Amino acid sequence: MRKPFRSLAAALAVALLAGCGSDGDGGGAAEGTDGGDGLTGTLTVFAAASLTDVFTELGEQLEADNPDLDVQFNFAGSSALATQITQGAPADVFASANPGQMTVVTDADLADGEPEVFTSNVLEIAVPEGNPADVTGLADFAREELTLAVCAPEVPCGAATEDVFAAAGVTAVPDTLEEDVRAALTKVELGEVDAALVYATDVAAAGGSVEGIAFPEAEDAVNEYPVCVLAEAPNPDAAHAFVELVSSPEGQAALADAGFRTP
Amino acid sequence: MSLVAEVRVQRGVLHVELDVRVADGEVLAVLGPNGAGKSTLLRVLAGLLPPDGGRVTVDGEPWDDVDAGVHLPAHRRRLGMVFQDHLLFPHLSITDNVAFGLRTRGAGRREARAAAAHWLERVELADLGARRPGQLSGGQAQRVALARALAGEPPVLLLDEPLSALDARTRLTVRAELRRHLGEFGGSTVLVTHDPVDAMALADRVVVVEEGRVVQAGPPGEVARRPRTDYVARLVGLALLPGTGEGATVRLDGGGRVAVAEETAGTVFVAVRPESVALWPQRPEGSPRNVWPVRLASATPHGATVRCELAGEVPLLADVTAAAFAEMGLAPGAQLWATVKASEVAVYER
Amino acid sequence: MRSRRERSVPAPLLVPAVLAVAFLVLPLVGLLVRTPWSELWPQLTSPGVGEALRLSLVSATLATAVSLVLGVPLAWVLARSRIRGRGVLRALVTVPLVLPPVVGGVALFLVLGRQGIVGRWLDEAFDITIPFTTTAVVIAETFVAMPFLVISVEGALRAADARYEEAAATLGADRWTTFRRVTLPLVAPGIAAGAVLCWARALGEFGATITFAGNFPGTTQTMPLAVYLALQQDPESAIVLSLVLLAVSLATLLLLRGRWLGRAGAAP
Repeated sequence: MRKPFRSLAAALAVALLAGCGSDGDGGGAAEGTDGGDGLTGTLTVFAAASLTDVFTELGEQLEADNPDLDVQFNFAGSSALATQITQGAPADVFASANPGQMTVVTDADLADGEPEVFTSNVLEIAVPEGNPADVTGLADFAREELTLAVCAPEVPCGAATEDVFAAAGVTAVPDTLEEDVRAALTKVELGEVDAALVYATDVAAAGGSVEGIAFPEAEDAVNEYPVCVLAEAPNPDAAHAFVELVSSPEGQAALADAGFRTP
Repeated sequence: MSLVAEVRVQRGVLHVELDVRVADGEVLAVLGPNGAGKSTLLRVLAGLLPPDGGRVTVDGEPWDDVDAGVHLPAHRRRLGMVFQDHLLFPHLSITDNVAFGLRTRGAGRREARAAAAHWLERVELADLGARRPGQLSGGQAQRVALARALAGEPPVLLLDEPLSALDARTRLTVRAELRRHLGEFGGSTVLVTHDPVDAMALADRVVVVEEGRVVQAGPPGEVARRPRTDYVARLVGLALLPGTGEGATVRLDGGGRVAVAEETAGTVFVAVRPESVALWPQRPEGSPRNVWPVRLASATPHGATVRCELAGEVPLLADVTAAAFAEMGLAPGAQLWATVKASEVAVYER
Repeated sequence: MRSRRERSVPAPLLVPAVLAVAFLVLPLVGLLVRTPWSELWPQLTSPGVGEALRLSLVSATLATAVSLVLGVPLAWVLARSRIRGRGVLRALVTVPLVLPPVVGGVALFLVLGRQGIVGRWLDEAFDITIPFTTTAVVIAETFVAMPFLVISVEGALRAADARYEEAAATLGADRWTTFRRVTLPLVAPGIAAGAVLCWARALGEFGATITFAGNFPGTTQTMPLAVYLALQQDPESAIVLSLVLLAVSLATLLLLRGRWLGRAGAAP
């Protein structure tokens, strides 16, 4: 057990340095992680499923820096997480895959300060290995003879999909409106669809079985990821430390490796 | 000979080895305790159980011949079968139950129903044709089952304990009716039962089966009068005592002597029917030739009479009326005297 | 005559039974409490909902029909035949019960998808592609729901007295005639119960369907898919849609119970 004094000091330092709404995301963050040892207890992070790999890695790093800290994750769809938080789930941090679901939490006065955008993601065309249908750009989504998957308009990636089709002036003829990106990507991996619109991060995560094709209209639908410490956080010190870590150069480098963009 | 069967089946520890022959118009009763292999025999005859050895031939046509690899499946054997608990199809009307076998053997619906109505008339249930089996009494259901089995006019009729699920009163009436129908039936009938009265009343010939083997065969009266084993004797209600004939008396192997009416010599059986045995609280006056001290070992009521098992030098069974039993204040353990008239003792050679 | 005592439920049974009812029914009450009733009618009459509802009912009914045609004979084989490896066979056919439905959907792709073992051949030889069609919905629902029917019917067959079949054989009925005229009517209540279970499972099917058939309004979007997607955006309308599905399925089952199950159950 650490001395209470050190723990308290560390917490104070983190609280001063971190926190939602602080302008800038570099600078002090590195110091925050360096001085982060001394965090204790359990940190519970609710994060969008697309963050699974990066956040797991960052969580392990935080645990390594703070041997008495246990970091727990709940990865799921952002809307499911927002619902769970508004229903009183005991979370410390919420990282959403879109601003809309973050609004659900902030509207319920459950965020501690303003959420901060820490990364973003853009759509890419995913095709099976070898691109059997010779898909080159967004216009191919108007080809009737292809089997095409996009996200359903009800889910966040679907809203982005509608935006890019509108920007490109393409009348898409999808065969299926997928409930999430992962489901769309699975169908590409199995070779059951000729192309799907998914996020760049998903293509990066899929490895060799899926090829990504970037397209200019993607810039019309950049998907921002906001994060915040929750007002009812059982472990606010660790929560702030985690948010800092995510925005730190280390965190940003890990995100970039996974196909995310810097905000 | 219409039905000739040599049946060999191994069922667990029971080895069944039964040879039966039943002529046209003959009723053969297979009598024996539960687990003796009677039902196994019937299932083999019906084709429901392929035998491990032997053959079954009906009117010269092989139904089973294990050596020749012949096994006619049940549905291709022309027979009728009545089961203990009737097994009428619960989802079909009585008429359709009786018509079932006719339909499967190719009769048209109308033709089959007409024939079924005729058979229901013969078992005096003509007005119940529209009912379901669940709406019949046990006796009615068994009569319908008989009509169903006979409707196809098969050369072979198999009856598997047809009366044992019925209450005593119903059994009497159904038995009488069954007797009438069997008398009119031209084919070979095999009746399996554990009730000797069924065998006596219905069969032309009886085979007594014990542990898979025939222990005695013959006309029912003959078997009753001259049971060959203790089991057969008890089955038909006789006390069967082995002994040696010495003129007008028999010296029993178990000790004691029995006076008999006819002179014999050599090894014999002495058979005493339970109703011939009289019981006395004291040694009776006069000079009956057969008088033995006995102890009442057990008493079992049978209708109006009580079957008493008597232990002593000469073990006997006695039937006394329930009234007499009560009057004498009998209880197991009571010391009594038993008498039997010499003329009531049957003796036959072993 | 039946005394009051015979009718009363013993406490060791009553308490868990009440708990079970509460456990099963309270979530439904929760749905009812949160239902925005004013939205009910507009939702019901909106074309998308009608389409999804119709598709759900049609595909669940077709899946049940396919399950009956294939599943009842399978149940018979499991319950009555003496073929080797029945135990293994039984375990195999119940796999869809324990398989996460999404995995089931992927497995269907691997067989019937255009890259699948059979699907590739169908595609090349007949130009038939199954995924993302209403056929795929029926296949996915059948895959997940048929084991329920098979298990119920096998149970009913095992419970049924096989001696009726022997009686039929002695009356000249071969095994097929016996099956049709004796076995099938005898186990009709079990088949009906299995079909209801199968239909209900097919109606609620989500994972395998959305994976193998995808989600497209009018062709593959069934009610559970519509509910799930509505939940992403507008939880209140999702509640309304769930209630619609619930009401229709309950009404159907009650109707069937009155007509079909009631009659079958009355037979001894």
